[in-house]
Amino acid sequence: MNYYDIIFYLFAIITVGSAVFVVTTRNVIYSAFFLLFTFFGVTGIYVLLGADFLAVVQIMVYIGGILILLIFGVMLTNTITNVEIRTGTLHLLPAAIGVGVFMGAVVSVMIWTDWKSQPVANPVTTTKSLGYLLINEYVLIFELLGILLLIALIGAASIARREKE
Amino acid sequence: MLQVGLTHFLVVSAILFSLGIYGIVTRKNAVMVLMGIELVLNSANINFVAFAKYGNYGLGGQIIALFVIILAAAEAAIALAIVLNIYKTFANVNVDEIDKLKE
Repeated sequence: MNYYDIIFYLFAIITVGSAVFVVTTRNVIYSAFFLLFTFFGVTGIYVLLGADFLAVVQIMVYIGGILILLIFGVMLTNTITNVEIRTGTLHLLPAAIGVGVFMGAVVSVMIWTDWKSQPVANPVTTTKSLGYLLINEYVLIFELLGILLLIALIGAASIARREKE
Repeated sequence: MLQVGLTHFLVVSAILFSLGIYGIVTRKNAVMVLMGIELVLNSANINFVAFAKYGNYGLGGQIIALFVIILAAAEAAIALAIVLNIYKTFANVNVDEIDKLKE
């Protein structure tokens, strides 16, 4: 085991462990904070996979944006003073069995399939190449996603601010 | 077995996906369901990036992962707006009690 493996196992344990807490704890606020650690672990996995730009985007968009948005959602939709910030659960046992079977199937497929594996020998910085790709080969998708994001945010603001007559 | 390869990343991603599905299925609070969706999207992203590295396919996988992150941001904003409206109308956000399109 070299440093790479040790760091991978560290981040994998952080990711999976806090993901387990996200879906098992009843307090919604605790879930949101454990989600922070899950995103952080996924960021580490991106770095280990040589995706440095994507890791920074993950931190900025997920931890800095989506997670804050989710915490706002929790705060605005729960009566905090009444300590009513818990979530109910339903179908715990059937869901656990079903998801367990599903997870066993997927993990065994992942393990027993003979994947093509010729890793890039030396990871290089990806920011410059990603920028070139975004404005050359993928420029249509890039522009469309920009418009989509704009429309989605305008729509979200107008939905959230609609007054009841 | 202990040497980290493509399989390890795929297994982490599969576990994360299953946990996300479990969260979506079992939680009542709509915001918790959203958190499950974020877990699922993250696991898909790990798969994209892992295959992009180990399959030596260039940067296409990372670009797709970037697009998924953008879509996740748009989805979270819209979903939170809808959840806020549901809370205004029904005074709770439990997905099993909301069965009317309008009051």
